[in-house]
Amino acid sequence: MESNTTCLEVKQLELWYGNFQALRDISMAVPHNRITAIIGPSGCGKSSLLRCFNRMNDLIPGARVKGEVLFDGRNIYAADVDPTEVRYRIGMVFQKPNPFPKSVFENVAFGPRVNGITDNLAEVVEHALHRAALWDEVKDRLHKSAMELSGGQQQRLCIARALALEPEVILMDEPCSALDPVATLKIEDLMRNLAEEYTIIIVTHNMQQAARVSDMAAFMMMEEDRAGVLVEHGPTSQLFTNPKDKRTEDYITGRFG
Amino acid sequence: MRNGLTFYRHLKKRKLKGNILSLIFLGSTMVGTLVLIVLIVDVLRDGVGWLDWQFLTSFPSRKPEEAGLLSALFGTLWVMTLTALFSFPIGIGTAIYLEEYAPDNRLKRFIQTNINNLAGVPSIVYGLLGLSLFVQALAMGRSVLAGALTLTLMSLPVIIIAAQEAIRSVPEAHRLGAFALGASRWQVVRNIVLPSALPGILTGTILAMSRAIGEAAPMIAISALVYLTFIPSNPLDRFTVLPIQIFNWVSRPQEDFQHLAAAGIIVLLVVLLSMNAAAIFLRNRYQKRTEE
Amino acid sequence: MEMRTTFHKKLREIQDDILAVGSMVGKAILRSIEALKNRDLELARQIIADDQKINGKRFEIEEKCIELIATQQPMASDLRIIIAILNITTEIERIGDYAVGIARIVIMIGDEPPLKPLIDIPRMAEQTVDMLHHSLDALIKRDAEAAKKIATEDDLIDHLYDQVFRELLTFMAEDPKTITRATRLMWTAHNLERAADRVTNICERVVFIVTGKMEEIGASKY
Repeated sequence: MESNTTCLEVKQLELWYGNFQALRDISMAVPHNRITAIIGPSGCGKSSLLRCFNRMNDLIPGARVKGEVLFDGRNIYAADVDPTEVRYRIGMVFQKPNPFPKSVFENVAFGPRVNGITDNLAEVVEHALHRAALWDEVKDRLHKSAMELSGGQQQRLCIARALALEPEVILMDEPCSALDPVATLKIEDLMRNLAEEYTIIIVTHNMQQAARVSDMAAFMMMEEDRAGVLVEHGPTSQLFTNPKDKRTEDYITGRFG
Repeated sequence: MRNGLTFYRHLKKRKLKGNILSLIFLGSTMVGTLVLIVLIVDVLRDGVGWLDWQFLTSFPSRKPEEAGLLSALFGTLWVMTLTALFSFPIGIGTAIYLEEYAPDNRLKRFIQTNINNLAGVPSIVYGLLGLSLFVQALAMGRSVLAGALTLTLMSLPVIIIAAQEAIRSVPEAHRLGAFALGASRWQVVRNIVLPSALPGILTGTILAMSRAIGEAAPMIAISALVYLTFIPSNPLDRFTVLPIQIFNWVSRPQEDFQHLAAAGIIVLLVVLLSMNAAAIFLRNRYQKRTEE
Repeated sequence: MEMRTTFHKKLREIQDDILAVGSMVGKAILRSIEALKNRDLELARQIIADDQKINGKRFEIEEKCIELIATQQPMASDLRIIIAILNITTEIERIGDYAVGIARIVIMIGDEPPLKPLIDIPRMAEQTVDMLHHSLDALIKRDAEAAKKIATEDDLIDHLYDQVFRELLTFMAEDPKTITRATRLMWTAHNLERAADRVTNICERVVFIVTGKMEEIGASKY
């Protein structure tokens, strides 16, 4: 397992939506095969930062990015990089489970299909469902609608859908906020398993969840002008037992935010 | 419980108010329904006796007992088919462009406002436009093609707006999910947006068509024939349509022609209702398919 | 699918640490008696020095527990285990301190001739260390019944302590010159008796983990 080597490196990243600055001077390194959690109060820009990692902000009219996001040393915002390629290598799971109104199989096959991978599709789909710990629950209903699955199953289906492309990084935007505690724990265990092969970045405003699942944690806040800044970034055990910054301490002890 | 008495006194009043209002609303609903029933009963009583095979297979005639609406029925089918062929792709294309591609700028808002306004323009205005543009300027004559293009112009705003609504109702989360998997914009539109929006688009289109099918005014404006004794064989042939035929019979003094008009109305209603039924059928079928 | 694998993995690590520190402390007690028997000042000094390792290990366990509470938010039985482990580490560390106490007595005694051959005191020590190991076994197995049974064995220690006390009292009454040496042996026995009491405390914590009840079991008469 590659460890402690940098997978993604953010350098002096700034993000604007029109005239509004959403992120200011963010620099951090995301290690390979680790779970990095981004926490912070609502509106501090954690999701915006996450969407910088796979250029989803490109889809928002008026969004502008300054600075660099190096993925294995290459800036994903360089002029010659196609956002489609970035999203092919960096998968994403959203806040609310968003399976397509198609069959379970077609949901997982979607990524490979649009990217022109049609060889052994059945195998690819099965493998992805296995990795997402969903195979046993859906193997008899592969061709039934994904909308009939429970919320937790739908979210694992969305994870399988991302895994089908064999991405190197998986971004998760509050993946459990719409799930009950048991489904949440299942997803968390799944994340721990996935961390053996993938680099995971998770945004959550559930601090306890960040503490439970992550190896590294980043704490963000917004400044007076509502721009998000990175306050502290380090090993989870340290950030949650002995944070270096007073603001982090205040936040995780519930003194503000 | 504090203020228990006041609460119960008010509760009675509130319930009474609710009951009265629901009766009023029921009444308003019944007005429309009753008028429709009276209309249909009246038409059926007048026309059903005249509705027979001969009526459907004969050309118009001066003698009521020999008259039929064969040419009008086929004219309507011709015009509808062409109108559908023109308006469906253009309507969907416009809606896709406006919803999925067009940047949110002044041009888009300008186009949008125009489409919204065009949907409210009286049909006779379209008829006059068709007359000057297609019949005269483009020299198509008073042909099926000119008629179909005129109705296309008339139905387009409605189809576009319906298609836009349908496209807008596709959850943004599905689009983002597809983009996040590396899909291109066209792949998102083709694989995610259109399958979900299609039932809505089809319904909107068919309803717009069934409105167009009943319009007499624009057809009169481009002077479709009233008295046609052949079936149009190509788009440049002259034609007539059901509403015009009915209009013509109604305007004659003899009572027999009033009966013919009623029979014509029944045929028109049947065509309209079967198109609506088709809309419902298509919607259900696609909805089921996308949910599977 | 076992849920919360991270929590259980880290908990197992902590339990391994507890067993390790328990075995270090048990050895320290036995070696302190060894030093007493053999007038081995070198060994006594070694025991005192080794206590730093035990203390270090204890802080390590406490830090791990704090990290586990902070990051894994244990609830119900999981929470009781962590809290109990925090207590148990303290108890074990204190037992280590009794070993140090005995080692200090050994140094005080120096090369004075022995008052009498040691029989009951080594038995007390062996019994205490046995109880310690069994209590940690019960902790790992979450066996409340076993823990309660171990606690009752404390009576045997109390009985031996009584015996040592009376015997030394006789020495002192017969020959006042033996008072200093007898008193030192008394302290040694007292240290062991306290150590065994700490083991009963450990047993109480094991019962707490399993049942959630805080109860005094096999209360020592001293």
